Amino acid sequence: MDSALELARWQFGITTVYHYLFVPITISMSFLVAIMQTFWWRTGDEKWLRLTRFFGKLFLINFAMGVVTGIVQEFQFGMNWSSYSRFVGDIFGAPLAIEGLLAFFLESTFLGLWIFGWDRLKPGLHLMTIWIAAIGTALSAYFILAANSFMQNPQGFTMNTDRGRAELTDFAAVLLNKVTLVTVPHTLLAAFMVGGAFVAAIAMWHILRRPESGVEAFVSAAKLGAVTLLIAGLGSVLSGDIQGKIMTEVQPMKMAAAEALYEDADGCAPFSVLTIGTLDGSESVFSIEVPCVLSQLATGSFDGKVRGINSLNAEYAKTFADSGITNFAPNIPVTYWSFRLMMGLGFLAMAVGAWILWALRKGRVPSLETKSGKWLLRAAILLPFMPLFANSFGWIFTEMGRQPWVVFGLMPTAAGVSPSVSAAHVWTSLITFTLLYGALAVVEIKLLMTYINKGLPPADPPTVRDDDSETPLAFAY
Amino acid sequence: MELTTFWFILIAVLFVGYFVLEGFDFGVGMLVGLLAKNEKERRVLLNTVGPVWDGNEVWLLVGGGALFAAFPEWYATLFSGFYLPLLLILVALIIRGVAFEYRGKRDDDTWRARWDWAIIVGSFVPALLWGVAFANIVRGVPLDSAHEYTGGFFNLLNPYALLGGLVTLTAFIVHGAFFVALKTVGDIRERAHKLGQQVGLLCAALAVAFIVWTGIDQGQLAVWILGALAAVAFLAGLGASLKQRDGWAFVGTALTIGLVVSMLFVGLFPDVLPSTIDAAYSLTTTNASSTPYTLKIMSWVAVFFTPIVIGYQSWSYWVFRKRIGVQHIPDPVAPKA
Repeated sequence: MDSALELARWQFGITTVYHYLFVPITISMSFLVAIMQTFWWRTGDEKWLRLTRFFGKLFLINFAMGVVTGIVQEFQFGMNWSSYSRFVGDIFGAPLAIEGLLAFFLESTFLGLWIFGWDRLKPGLHLMTIWIAAIGTALSAYFILAANSFMQNPQGFTMNTDRGRAELTDFAAVLLNKVTLVTVPHTLLAAFMVGGAFVAAIAMWHILRRPESGVEAFVSAAKLGAVTLLIAGLGSVLSGDIQGKIMTEVQPMKMAAAEALYEDADGCAPFSVLTIGTLDGSESVFSIEVPCVLSQLATGSFDGKVRGINSLNAEYAKTFADSGITNFAPNIPVTYWSFRLMMGLGFLAMAVGAWILWALRKGRVPSLETKSGKWLLRAAILLPFMPLFANSFGWIFTEMGRQPWVVFGLMPTAAGVSPSVSAAHVWTSLITFTLLYGALAVVEIKLLMTYINKGLPPADPPTVRDDDSETPLAFAY
Repeated sequence: MELTTFWFILIAVLFVGYFVLEGFDFGVGMLVGLLAKNEKERRVLLNTVGPVWDGNEVWLLVGGGALFAAFPEWYATLFSGFYLPLLLILVALIIRGVAFEYRGKRDDDTWRARWDWAIIVGSFVPALLWGVAFANIVRGVPLDSAHEYTGGFFNLLNPYALLGGLVTLTAFIVHGAFFVALKTVGDIRERAHKLGQQVGLLCAALAVAFIVWTGIDQGQLAVWILGALAAVAFLAGLGASLKQRDGWAFVGTALTIGLVVSMLFVGLFPDVLPSTIDAAYSLTTTNASSTPYTLKIMSWVAVFFTPIVIGYQSWSYWVFRKRIGVQHIPDPVAPKA
């Protein structure tokens, strides 16, 4: 690993996966906190205000990390991938700039108003600020996914060979790319699985470990979280199913790589739940297969034909003869396992969510006195990590599955790296970010634990302060 | 007007907005080390920018995004060429942003002292390096025929650029001090004025040298005029501070920063990144730009949404318009370490 290209790829992977730990929490928690505050506003029940403050605090601890790691993402394209930036800037830059103008300003300004505005804004107006910030997070997701979808399925462009770049011809085609339209709901719903799991898990932990205080509020939170998790989970499955079919259409190699399917399957292709073996096309040592399911996933018919890696490779070698690429298949073990871990962890999270709802049915409150209560505690502690890592694996799958292209069919990843940036430079930034991100992760997790442990804060209903008041502010740094 | 010229102006506007706004919160960050005498005063300083610093920083993200969208070649050459300074700026912005949010989340002196350092260093580094970077952009850097940067890190640390860095550094301290004077009551307000005036004298000397140097290098009349106006605005701001006119003092430094940044962009035009190897290798508004179609779409988006953004951001400044003092700082409610 000594070339700037390899290092820049590792850096993009590390910083992006890290950044994306905070993104789904930010998107979903902003909405969930807004919902909690809305319940308080509508019912006046102080338990919802206490929950708003409790989960709001956790949300903000996470949000700070999402913001600062996001700046790196925008700079990184130019720093490490300048040839890529020159090549796609005419198309890719627009959604990025619009994301900043439409979404980041909304998020940052209105969250500032929400955090510091408890005693300066009337309750209805204050509630509106968190909703606007939440809408900002969703808008942000839309525009950045429109940019990413261009890399998966380039639309609305023409090649300018004189300038050596792709140029925009139809912006609507970029924004309404079918990959965008199906990826946005899948990504948002997957994000809501994380927020739902986060709320449900923390609430269950409190119900079981701190039964002496705040149980009623946490039961409500656990139900809200688990219901969100299950609905979002179901939505993720449905949207993911459509996404799989579109992927098979526009990036058939990615679907073949997801299954490690080397030879074309003429119908009723099986889906392997797991395989022990090398995944290099040779006979596997051991494999659990469900008949015809891959055909259904890829084509919507149990008898659909699914193309394999070998024939696609042969076809691409002709179509993209001048690309300089010899092997058009991505890293198969990575795509195969990330695809399964994404789905498996997602289903597991839904199962725990259903278990939580079952344990809380008809006013029941589980306790650690019972064996099932003890198991529920263990499951709850693991729960937030299931959809969170499912999100990570989903991104690892979709980005690694696009390789060896950075823009599918147009630009090989190897051609995108900055020519003027040496391996020593990239080592410097790679080591710097890795150490800094590692240290910040420790601080962040400790802080989250402290605040989770602390439990519900007092409701402390806000009153709008008099302009000349000399009393302390409701919130200050 | 050509769309490329319009976008050059818009990029200039975004960076004027960025430096005028984040300029004072960088300044306030450094004043945590320079001005505050105790914990309550440090918190007064931090809370003057608390609700707004993140919104200010978005001006950078939008400026960077606009650069990418409108002038991809400029974005690509600049960001890959200025690699290490940008890395330092990123690290600074990361620790600073986290520090604002995390500092008060534990009731522990060591914890707070560490984050204070993150805020001070995290504000100092970009305040210095943005000046170095922009001075280099105007001065020009070695670009080859493929518009790739061929200089090293130390190439960027030339006297003109370092002077530019010291100008932004001192100007942001003064700007921050006058912002604090405008937003606080009590003893800290008096001391903010005094510190702003003292650093202001140093800044004035550095800025005049930098303006004259830029004027001689670039030669356009407009550069001289904008530079002169910047100097006048700065002296007027210092004068207002002497008379304890908080608002006018802050307007003075805000105008100064806006005028100096405008001066740099005017000096740069029609280049966006001149090459010191051969003028033919320079990046210009024409050879660095996106297609007219992309620029047209982006223009509509910018024309429609920028006023809305300015509208609600102004409203947030209005909501938090009240001055604060030590009496407004609540006791720590965070858990003990």
